Order: sequence, then structure tokens, then C-alpha cells
Amino acid sequence: MQRRDFFKFMGASGALLSGASVLGAEHQSKIDPDNVVGVLTDFTECIGCRECEWACKNAHEMATPPLESYKDKSVFANYRRPDETGFTVVNRFHEKGCTQTDLDVKVQCMHCNDPACVSACIVAALEKQDFGPVTYDAWKCIGCRYCMVACPFEIPAYEYNNALTPIVQKCDMCISRLDVGKIPACVEICPRNALTFGKRSDLIKVAREKIADNPGKYVNHIYGETELGGTSWLFISCEPFDTLNFPKLEQASVVTLPESIQHGIFKYFIPPAMFYGLLGMIMKLTKPDSETADNTNSSSEVHHD
Amino acid sequence: MIDHAMAAPLKHKYFTPGVWFLTALFGSALLIALVRFIFGLGLVTNLNNGYPWGIWIAIDVASGVALAAGGFTSAFLIHIIHKEKFEALSRPALLTAMLGYTFVVIGLLVDLGRYYNVWHPLLPVMWQGNSALFEVGMCVMTYITVLYIEFIPIVAEEYRNRVNLPILKFLNRPMGRLLAFLDSKMGKFMFIFVILGVVLSFMHQSSLGALMVLVKTKMHPLWWSPVLALEFLLSAIAVGFPMIIVESLAASRSFKMKPEMSILTPFARYVPILLGLYLATRFADLTIREVWHYVDGSLESRFFVAEIFFGGLLPFFMLLSEKIRRSPKWLFIAALLVVLGVVFNRINVYLVAFKPLYVSARYFPTIWEILVTLGFVAGLILVYRFIVIHLPVIHARRDAS
Ligand code: SF4
Ligand code: SF4
Repeated sequence: MQRRDFFKFMGASGALLSGASVLGAEHQSKIDPDNVVGVLTDFTECIGCRECEWACKNAHEMATPPLESYKDKSVFANYRRPDETGFTVVNRFHEKGCTQTDLDVKVQCMHCNDPACVSACIVAALEKQDFGPVTYDAWKCIGCRYCMVACPFEIPAYEYNNALTPIVQKCDMCISRLDVGKIPACVEICPRNALTFGKRSDLIKVAREKIADNPGKYVNHIYGETELGGTSWLFISCEPFDTLNFPKLEQASVVTLPESIQHGIFKYFIPPAMFYGLLGMIMKLTKPDSETADNTNSSSEVHHD
Repeated sequence: MIDHAMAAPLKHKYFTPGVWFLTALFGSALLIALVRFIFGLGLVTNLNNGYPWGIWIAIDVASGVALAAGGFTSAFLIHIIHKEKFEALSRPALLTAMLGYTFVVIGLLVDLGRYYNVWHPLLPVMWQGNSALFEVGMCVMTYITVLYIEFIPIVAEEYRNRVNLPILKFLNRPMGRLLAFLDSKMGKFMFIFVILGVVLSFMHQSSLGALMVLVKTKMHPLWWSPVLALEFLLSAIAVGFPMIIVESLAASRSFKMKPEMSILTPFARYVPILLGLYLATRFADLTIREVWHYVDGSLESRFFVAEIFFGGLLPFFMLLSEKIRRSPKWLFIAALLVVLGVVFNRINVYLVAFKPLYVSARYFPTIWEILVTLGFVAGLILVYRFIVIHLPVIHARRDAS
């Protein structure tokens, strides 16, 4: 008896899952990675002036201290991260032998080709635009913060102290500037050649050339070219990236597997509907005979005396 | 056959010292929630950009949903494969599921930054079929409705002939008629909702695991797995019956009734099978992924061993013994271990296994977060007690003594 019930139980649960794997849908990138824009960051060119930090805040109409104050180098004492008050920061890594001096490292949202944050968002408040930027629509957001849990670069920041209208904050590649034909504010202000805006596929070529033309200057790694399916923001450096607090990541996109599972279960609602039918059948077949014969309101939840 | 006609309101005194204590706890949770709504999450929680989720998600939401699994597992056993001898357990399980999900939603609202947008997933323009959280949201919203519908006959049975509204007296008769109508007719189509409830549960219980599959790069390999969805589903199925057992024994004690051992003992026989299946899946997964070497004495690995041993293997072997299944005390302990084991698993998956990249200080909840979590559990018990005193949920077999 017990064994029979158990197999019924498991058979039923298996149906949903096998249904899921049969339909196991393909995951496709929503964008064509050759047709997106991006920015190439060359750490060896960066002088740590932090004017990009200023320009970013300014462009996003955030509280912006005067440009003068950015000359203060004491902020380099601590490792900083982009947060709700600033979408990009430059950190200084001391005693990195490759530049003889210090190595300055700018970070911001990577604008992934296959963004985990977009895949996570429950209401499509985060969106990957066809031409590259990953944007956020506060009006849709429910504030669940799953995007933050999901981001493999730990980029989105939250206004925890805003009680009523908290916003998920991160770099949007200056999409409102891009829309009117300008380039991102940080790229525009950079006094050196540290930041180059352009088509991602072109930037990869530029980066390859730089590495090839300057033997020994760069490590042979374009960070963002393949990481988790590639990112719009690319980096070249004279030091290995894991020593600069960049996560070591595999090439496979993190969204492929969960999205396939999700599509398998959800696709056209077929597996749930099949499961529903199966349970209905089990319910009929296992109904004790005595009961079927015995009275009219047999299957009812409510019995009267 | 045994049927619901035996379930009756317990007509017990509501307040006892213990109940006062729970009331105080629930009250303080509401107060803290109020502070959160006025000043924001930052003031009362230890959340930060590295740890966007804390115990309100890991315990109130993720564990809450798992522990409400008694609803669909018992519905399957009693109504779908017709094990009617367990009928007495059906209504308490339904009530727990209904209240469990209600408090899951309340807990979630406290945690959501823009709680007033919680209904957004219903709008087709915002549908996001790639998101496991979207599926959880949709299923939970539907399932909670199903649970309330399934509960209507219980209300109808009690009040169909004696609706007595305080002011709106003229409504008494139509209300009475409506309840009598529902009472007589709902049974006919209730099976639709019973099956729907099981399907929805399978979907969102597993999706709560699928949710973390996306977080691969930030999770400890002892918990991250491509089959997290299956593991969450199996552990929810495994914890459903133990939860019903814990609750039934606790209620018997609280209301001074004889423990229903004649039902609970045979009922408990299912537990080692379901729990065994879950554990076997976990072990197979860990072996196939070749991650056992991560059991290396680190903090995470100690949590892992504790979870698997105290919340899995120990109750599994305990419940294999007929003697333990017959003893109210030991059955309670074993079932409670399963329950705590699953809660521990959810905390591990959502918090312990989660490694932020740049925040070095481990998240630990504030006293306020803990109070809210405990307070909502207290609130659930208070409402449960109120309902079983006034509505026919529990099969009252008062102890002679
Ligand atoms: S870096 Fe993070 S926030 Fe930026 S697009 Fe990628 S997943 Fe989204
Ligand atoms: S916090 Fe907002 S943007 Fe992030 S996943 Fe939730 S709804 Fe989407």
C-alpha cells in the first residue's frame, strides 16, 4: 500500500519535471554582440584624476561636489565601490610594478551581453537595449533586490534609507546622452586615452592591436571579451585582473541554465497543464469504489449528517 | 468513513500567559514594521549592497513557503489518492497553509522597497518570463486565492444558519443564504481547486530553488546546484507531513487534547520515504558534481554538515523506527528536526552559501529583523488559535482527564 502510494506520488512529480526537460527550451542572447556599443578602458593610461566620477554625477543630476575637490587623493586609502551616490569609482592599486607607479582602476556596470540582472528582474524594470546599455525603469520596480543578488559583478546599489521611493542605482552608459548623439560623460571628460567609446567589435580589435603592438606592456587578456558571455565594457591592463579585484569568471553566460529551466516549465503552460490532467486522472482512478457507488456528493469536501 | 462532520470549534479560552507573550511579540513586530515603513529598510536591517537579502527573505518568505507545504502534500494524499483515513489532518493543514502564505506575503511586503508595486507582475506589459521570481510571484498570488477558496466551506459550515452581523442586520439573511448555497454546492467543484493547488505548489516550490541557480558565481558549491529547483521541491514535499505532525501534537498539547496518535503514527511512515528521496537526491547531486571535498572544516561546511545531519539523516533514521513513530514525544522531536532542517537549508542557500564579492563583513540580522521574523510567527500562531477556537478545523477529542 505504502509503496504504491509512494510511486504514485513520485510519478506525478516526475511528470512535471520531465515535461520540463523535454521542452527544455533554447536560450538565445537577446542582442547581437557585434552590434552593441561599449567602452574600452586602458588602465595603463589612467592617471586617477577621478574627473570621470565628477562628470558621471553631474550628468545624472546627482549631488556633485565641485570638480576641485576631486584632486584630493586621500580617498584612495580605501577600496571603494560604485553605490547609490555614484555610479563609477576609480581605485588606486599601489605597488603594481608594471607602471612603475600606481595602477588606477575605474569600475562601473559592465553592461553585460547576457545581463543576469535583466534575467532576474521580476517586472522587466531592467532592460538590455539592443545597442548595448542596460537600463532601469524605477516606475516598474517593486524593490525586491533580486537584481542585486543576481549581478555577478555586484554592481546595482540600493537606496536603503529611502522609505518611500527607493531606487536601484547603477551606470546606464549615459543612455540619455547616447540618445542625442553624445558619448558617455566619463569618456568625454577623460583627459587621457584611458576610455574609448565605440562599437564593441571595433573596441576588441583596438584592444588586440594595442596588446600586439606593445609586447610586454599588457597582460594578454581583454577582460569582458568572453566573461560570462561578454560585456559591453572592456578592459586591458598591465596586471592580471584578479589582482585588481575583478572576479575570475568562466565564459558561459550565467543566465543560460536558469532561463532554460524556466522556459521548460513555463512554455505554453504545457507541462503544468499535463500535470493537472495527470493529477485529475489519478484522482479518478484511485477513488475507492465504495464511495463512487455509495452516494451523490461523494467527492465533496463537505459532508452533511 | 471519517469526515469533516467531526471537526468542531474548540470553544477554548483564548488568552493564556503564553498567548499574552505571543501577543506582545507580534505587537513589537508590527511596531518595528511601522518604523521600517517610515524610515526605510536601512534603519532596521543590516542589509547592504553586498547582502541585498536577509532573514526576511530567507526565513519569512523562503522558509515560510516551504513550511506551508503541508497544504498541498496532504491535499494530494487525502483528496487525490484518497487516503481518507487521514481526513482529520486535512483542515488543520489547509489552515496552516492559508495562514502561512498570508504571513509570507505580509513579510514580503515589509521587505519590498516599493511594496505598493507588488501587484505589478500581474500587468502583462511587465511580464518577465525569464525570471524565476516572476513565476514564484504569479503562483503564490494564485495559490493564496485557491487556499482561501478551499477554506470557504469551513466558514460556511459553521455560519450558514446563524449569520449574526452586529450592525448590518439586514444582511444576515442573504449572507446566510449565500453561505448555505456555497456549503451545498462548493463540494462539487472543489476538486478543481484541490488539483490546481498541487500544480501551483509544485511550480513555485521548485522555482524558489531555481531562483538561486542564476547566482552561481556568488554561491558556495555545497549548495549551488543546477538541480536546486528539484531539491527545493523534494524538500518541500518532505517537510509537509512533519509540519502537520508538529502542529497537530502542539495543538493537542495546547488545547489539552489526546494526541491523535492513531492517525499520526501511520501518517509518519511516509516521512522517511520522502525525506530519504530528498537526501538521496542531495547526495547524488553532490557526488556527481564532485564537491564533497568542500567539506573541509570551513564555516560553510560546518553549517552544511549540521544541516544534513540534524535536519536530514538523524530524523530519517529516527522515523524508520516504529517505536519512535508511536511515541508522541519522540515523534514530535523527529518531525521538528525535519522542519528545522528545511528552515536551516533555506537559510543556508539564501544566506550562508551567498558570498558577496566586495563586502567582507558577513551579514548578521539586527535584533529588529529577528523580532519581526519571530513576531510574525507569533502572529500566525495567534490567528491559528483564534480560528480553531471558533471554526470547525480540529477534530476535537478532549482528554478525559
Ligand atoms: S554588471 Fe551587473 S548590473 Fe551591470 S549589466 Fe551586468 S549584471 Fe546587470
Ligand atoms: S529591485 Fe527592481 S529592478 Fe531589481 S529585480 Fe527587483 S523589481 Fe527588478
